[in-house]
Amino acid sequence: MSVLEVEGLAKSFGGVQAVRNVAFTLDAGELLALIGPNGAGKTTCFNLLNGQLQPDAGEVRLAGTSLIGKSPRKIWRLGVGRTFQITATYRSMSVRENVQMVLLSHHRRMLGFWRRAADLYRDEATALLERVGMAGQAERPCSVLAYGDLKRVELAMALASRPRLLLMDEPTAGMAPKERIELMALTADLVRESGIAVLFTEHDMDVVFTHAHRIIVLNRGEMIAAGPPDAVRGDPRVQEVYLGSGAMFGQGKDKDSAA
Amino acid sequence: MAFYVAQFLSGLSQAASLFLVAAGLSIIFGVTRIVNFAHGSFYMLGAYLAYMMADMWSGAVGFWGAILLSALTVGLLGVAMEVLLLRRLYRSPELFQLLATFGVVLVVQDVALAIWGPEDLLGPRAPGLDGVVRIFGLPFPQYELFLIVLGPAVLGLLWLTFHRTRWGTLVRAATQDREMTAALGVNQTWLFTSVLFLGSALAGLGGALQIPREAVNLQMDINIVVEAFVVVVVGGMGSVTGAFLAALLIGQLQAFGILIFPGITLVLVFLVMAVVLVVRPYGLLGRAPATARGESHALEPPLYPAGRGLQFAGLALIVALIALPAVLGDYALVVLTEVLILALFAASLHFIMGPGGMISFGHAAYFGLGAYGAALLVEHFDAGMVTGLVVAPLAAGVGALLFGWFCVRLSGVYLAMLTLAFAQIVWSVAFQWYSVTGGDNGILGVWPAAWASPKWVFYYLTLVLCTGGVLLLRRIIFAPFGYALRAGRDSPLRSDAIGLDVTRYQWLAFTLAGTFAGLAGGLYAYAKGSVFPTLLDIPISVDGLVMVLLGGVQTLSGPIVGAAVFHGLETEMVRYTDYWRLLLGLTIILLVLVFPQGIVGALQSRLGARFSPRLREQVAR
Amino acid sequence: MTGQMLTIEKLNSFYGRAHILFDVALEAARGEVVALLGRNGAGKSTTFRSIMGLVESRRGHIAFAGQDISRRPPHEIARLGLGYVPEDRRIFTDLTVMENLEVGRQPPRREGASWTPERLFALFPNLAEMRDRPGGRMSGGEQQMLTIARTLMGNPAMILLDEPSEGLAPRIIEMMAHAILELKKEGVTVILSEQNLHFASVVSDRAYVIEKGRIRYQGTMKELAADEDVRRAYLTL
Repeated sequence: MSVLEVEGLAKSFGGVQAVRNVAFTLDAGELLALIGPNGAGKTTCFNLLNGQLQPDAGEVRLAGTSLIGKSPRKIWRLGVGRTFQITATYRSMSVRENVQMVLLSHHRRMLGFWRRAADLYRDEATALLERVGMAGQAERPCSVLAYGDLKRVELAMALASRPRLLLMDEPTAGMAPKERIELMALTADLVRESGIAVLFTEHDMDVVFTHAHRIIVLNRGEMIAAGPPDAVRGDPRVQEVYLGSGAMFGQGKDKDSAA
Repeated sequence: MAFYVAQFLSGLSQAASLFLVAAGLSIIFGVTRIVNFAHGSFYMLGAYLAYMMADMWSGAVGFWGAILLSALTVGLLGVAMEVLLLRRLYRSPELFQLLATFGVVLVVQDVALAIWGPEDLLGPRAPGLDGVVRIFGLPFPQYELFLIVLGPAVLGLLWLTFHRTRWGTLVRAATQDREMTAALGVNQTWLFTSVLFLGSALAGLGGALQIPREAVNLQMDINIVVEAFVVVVVGGMGSVTGAFLAALLIGQLQAFGILIFPGITLVLVFLVMAVVLVVRPYGLLGRAPATARGESHALEPPLYPAGRGLQFAGLALIVALIALPAVLGDYALVVLTEVLILALFAASLHFIMGPGGMISFGHAAYFGLGAYGAALLVEHFDAGMVTGLVVAPLAAGVGALLFGWFCVRLSGVYLAMLTLAFAQIVWSVAFQWYSVTGGDNGILGVWPAAWASPKWVFYYLTLVLCTGGVLLLRRIIFAPFGYALRAGRDSPLRSDAIGLDVTRYQWLAFTLAGTFAGLAGGLYAYAKGSVFPTLLDIPISVDGLVMVLLGGVQTLSGPIVGAAVFHGLETEMVRYTDYWRLLLGLTIILLVLVFPQGIVGALQSRLGARFSPRLREQVAR
Repeated sequence: MTGQMLTIEKLNSFYGRAHILFDVALEAARGEVVALLGRNGAGKSTTFRSIMGLVESRRGHIAFAGQDISRRPPHEIARLGLGYVPEDRRIFTDLTVMENLEVGRQPPRREGASWTPERLFALFPNLAEMRDRPGGRMSGGEQQMLTIARTLMGNPAMILLDEPSEGLAPRIIEMMAHAILELKKEGVTVILSEQNLHFASVVSDRAYVIEKGRIRYQGTMKELAADEDVRRAYLTL
């Protein structure tokens, strides 16, 4: 059974169809990229999956369980983790404490009033930080980390709740090129090791074509292509979307006026 | 019938002056995003200046000239405040802006006291409008009719200014999107200064117009600013038309509330505000703020458990506090007892403001509920001190549980205003429910049990309870619950994504903080031997805020230092000068300008190594 | 009258801790229409915001009409004659069309076009019929025209157009292309960011290609059109 099954997903805002008839499946250990131009509906899709938005129609199942109508918190508890385009970590806490927060919440220990939070799940947090290469900086405040390191902390936080599905919104945005390659290589390793399914959006085509097992292309809310990287790269409709539609200028009669 | 018409009309005239002040407040907030506590002070200054000028000149020209000139003068004072103070604070956290404007309130109070003295001053009647007209046979003052007409006239003028002049268009644009307005070439500095002029002049006009109606006095400022806040919040921050509608609503509530619920009109007003805020969180015509403040605020370091140095210092402090009764006289012991109580009060407020990120303008409610809880038991059930001290935190906790449910649904200034509303409701119940609370006369004879009546015994009792309370709060901050609170404050987005129910934790924290404030209030009642409605009033809430902010919101020892410094300063200043408010106000303004992170916060960043070697090591890597 | 209108050297910008632009260099000559091409997220908007002084932190050299503007606040940059049309339009939704134009109004400059609402209505006929309509009740295409018209009210010598064709119907895109070419005739320098290569090639003289915050290519529009490799590497999949 697939980790994630999406069928006929649709959402409109004030008459504008942001997402229509999106359907795909995602298996354990698979990296699926969701790409498309601005406003194509990628963010809406993500928010429909994690419960921030409710779809007008369609079905979303995580390992057979429907996620429709469930709150983001509930969906997280069912095993959907996420990372953010712009990192969202707890600035007033240390790196290890950030991971400990996720562990405390995962184990439903947030309502403790006596024991020191910093002493709980400490080793587990350190182990997670080791997996992303951040154990050496466990004590540092998140507010002073380099951006690439923050992204790694977010990855450790996402893994801490042992998710079955990980939603990553532009995981490499704002990073220097070398860091991007390292982060995605690390993500790919972790996915392989732990059998998580990953759905990610990304603008860096190097990252997409190097690491995605499959790619879905959205345009104006609709899936216009889906498949392995080579097939998508060669798809004429995808070419057209990224180049923009030439048809709107007639037979290029306006071109004469361009110098 | 005639009576109701008269009542309706007096509600309208009440609404007119309220609208003038509220419109000014709303305009200033819309563009600068600063909640100007000193707005009421400008209103009061307008009244005093008009009184003075009308006193010097006579006749119709003298009177109306005085009204206009005092409005203009107050407008210029607003400009001075913008240029000298606010301009340096536009990038500060909103709490510090608020604190700075509160410093101005204190300064203006004493300046007015020095110039005009403490007596109520009765202004002249308005020449030409000093008669009455008969409405359905009942006399109605002409001047009130004039005000009724003036309200809509000013609304009309403001509307024309905002919709028919370039300046007004720019102000509306800046209210909606400051960044885009700047990118189109509009100089914000100039715009802000001129907005402060208009807003302050409106407050001055509102005040000046009061002189034929009521005696000018030193309490005008706080009273009106609270009412104006209510109007602005109900109408929607930044919306002038909203302020007008809200002023009409509040004016009528006050006029007819007296008939239906004599004695609890204030409760009615604040209840309406609470309902409006819960149904429409941004007021009648308001809308959600376009952009959040972002993460420009000061960097908050992680919490580290007390290092050796701090542990030693804390221990030394406790030893000193235990040893002090041996050397101190009764008076010093009483002051010290009060400091301890205030430290617990401040620590409880810090608990929701610091880790919780919720600003409360109404923490006095829980202090007062505790005090009244204990005192009412003594008065009506002859209960002993121990029972009283058990019930005090419980009563406050139940109050906080109830009010907190509403409050945690809002955030920022709106949350703060709702806490203030609830505090004012409790205050007016205490003030107006004479048969139970004794109203203004308070409840006397709330004395400690015989065994605890020596000053040193009560001091030790306070020491144990307050130190215990402060340490317990500290412990909770380091426990998972405290972390959950900080998580909700640091990143609501992330917290939601890792399954934290932030609203529920905030509600619980609010209740806890109320409970501890109630314990402090209970102790205070026994320390003083009496309770009065003033314990629930705005100055107590503000004292709490000042103590927390003086110490530094981001530090755990801050509230304690703040309480000691504030109460110490206040007590000493009161002893040596009549103008302690002036000194205190100037001190606050200076501190805000020099230490935008509070005293302990500043010490921490300067002497960081000594206080927290771990932090320095981790940041410097 | 000739020479460079805008010269950018070694521009680095940051959003919080994220480093977005790396040593960006860019030039536009007087009267030129220059396209800044790249996929979304490549750094186009950040480049424009950096030029206008709207990012938290920027380093580097930016000269506009011979003046260093790298440390000036946004309103001074705008008053020097640099107009900015943001991608998300940012119409003042409470203000009418005429009022939106009024916010953008600046005194005429000695050289260059002097715009009035009437002249702008001739350029954007749709707007003429809705002078008193609030910005919030206009369609996306109408808002896009209004935001350009609003910027022109400042009589800019140069404008930055962030994705002018984004999300617009083909008919409106044609009007937009027409308007840009009209501006060029008036002598206004234009830098526009685009993902739509066809639109860009219709209106622009030269192009830069930006990817991951770095300028990867520059050349004339014709050269770019001929250079299959560059297009494949940075613009297509």
